[in-house]
Amino acid sequence: MDENFPRPVLDSDSRPFWEGLQRHELWIQYCSLCHQHIFYPRSICPYCFSDDLVWKQSHGRGTIYSYTVVHTAFGPFAEETPYVVALVALDEGVRMMTRIVGVPDDIEIGRKVVVTFADLAEDLTLPYFRLDVG
Amino acid sequence: MTWLRSCPDWGEKRVVRDYVAAIVGVAESDLGFTPNRTVLQLQAQAAKAALDDAGLTRNDVDAIFTAGNWTWAPNLMLAEYLGIQPKYTDGTNIGGSSFEAHLGHAVAGIRAGLFDVALITYGSTQRSDRNRNRLSPHSVLTEQYERSFGLPVPVGAYALAAMRHQHQYGTTSEQLAEVAVATRKWAQMNEKAFMREPITIQDVLNSRWIAEPLHLLDCCLVTDGGGAVVVASAKAAARSTKRPVWVLGHGETHTHNSISNMPDLLVTGAKESGARAFERAGVARDEIDVVEIYDSFTITVLLTLEALGFCDLGEGGAFVSGQRTAPGGEFPMNTNGGGLSYCHPGMYGIFLLIEATRQLRGECGPRQVKDARLALVSGTGGVLSSSATVILGRD
Ligand SMILES: [Zn+2]
Repeated sequence: MDENFPRPVLDSDSRPFWEGLQRHELWIQYCSLCHQHIFYPRSICPYCFSDDLVWKQSHGRGTIYSYTVVHTAFGPFAEETPYVVALVALDEGVRMMTRIVGVPDDIEIGRKVVVTFADLAEDLTLPYFRLDVG
Repeated sequence: MTWLRSCPDWGEKRVVRDYVAAIVGVAESDLGFTPNRTVLQLQAQAAKAALDDAGLTRNDVDAIFTAGNWTWAPNLMLAEYLGIQPKYTDGTNIGGSSFEAHLGHAVAGIRAGLFDVALITYGSTQRSDRNRNRLSPHSVLTEQYERSFGLPVPVGAYALAAMRHQHQYGTTSEQLAEVAVATRKWAQMNEKAFMREPITIQDVLNSRWIAEPLHLLDCCLVTDGGGAVVVASAKAAARSTKRPVWVLGHGETHTHNSISNMPDLLVTGAKESGARAFERAGVARDEIDVVEIYDSFTITVLLTLEALGFCDLGEGGAFVSGQRTAPGGEFPMNTNGGGLSYCHPGMYGIFLLIEATRQLRGECGPRQVKDARLALVSGTGGVLSSSATVILGRD
């Protein structure tokens, strides 16, 4: 991996998320008080300000909320263009940034997608998505 | 404190509130490519020129407002460099709209009697520095959920909004290009503009992709430059040589930091900042004569026009079609040539205020909007993150 790749600096909010990805599991938070799923992970519920949050494993399915095909990128990403970065709305109701990989020409907002785990380094796995073809 | 003053030109019943504070001086520094200038020099040059423009002096300034990322506490370095020990200081940094927020805060401070004359400045040497796209290899705190995916920021975030706008409303790339073409026409009438060659819609569509659906010519410039705005209480404005441009209303908000967390990619915070500014100013949308809207990207303009209520959500593309915002069009907008063609040194918002002030003073020569009395300025910062709207008017 390029030494300039922007690597996440794990903290006590994010550690369970990144460690779950290394096991090829997608974990998000859930508020025990207002019953909302929460992403990104944090220490307090942004909806009701409760600090009673628990971790739940996501089913890893969702839809494309928006995407872009990146043609001009910088640093470690410059050589990878073109590639697709998307916002995916998970079925649990949270939204996250990701890459859509294995993209056929019929990528579209609203298409169903499923998580796939990209092991970029021994200690870094990113949650990418691919079109759910059934 | 509220002054009530009737304006005979608008009829006996017409009352304008909030003659509390006015913009009395504006200036740019050298713009474009200024390799031998520092950010401090650019701001000093603009500040001196803006105070000259106002007929006030450095010693009149008792409040400092600035925003930038050129040092850890820009207010401290800037005020020391200028030899100012302010009574009041505000370093609000919410991205490109910071200066519209500063203006609102300055009016609030003046209304509270805390100071009389505020100096707002900005400067950047980003074009000369060539460091705009340097990435840190460490993504910390809430950045870590986005940065590893390689979205070029800010353009990629705006592309996500544009793609969804096209999907949801059928907005076309031609409609986005209308904004770039109209803005370039205004730039042709501004000798300070960086890009003055005429362009066509086809030129925009033929320019290379940056992040689909945004082409190169959908994107703002990367230039150096600085600006300054002098804001005065009604009492101090009376000593100024230029006719005052009153701040009639202001509103601000921010809705998110990272684009994943924007509540709705198609509704910006200008919906709220605009509503508050209009309410405060007590004017209607169809009374506005000239509009200066942050144009970091063509999509920014469409989203802002919709959020401000100049058209319905989704109607932005149709609204700007047929060169409606160009010189001679029904809806004069971004009359200096905008961030797309005039200058864009990273945070552009101060230049919106400078142009609106000049339009209301009638100083704009060939690009002057005839009889402009009321102007709306709306800044956008971050990745559609912050919005600050002000409504300005002359006597
Ligand atoms: Zn909750």
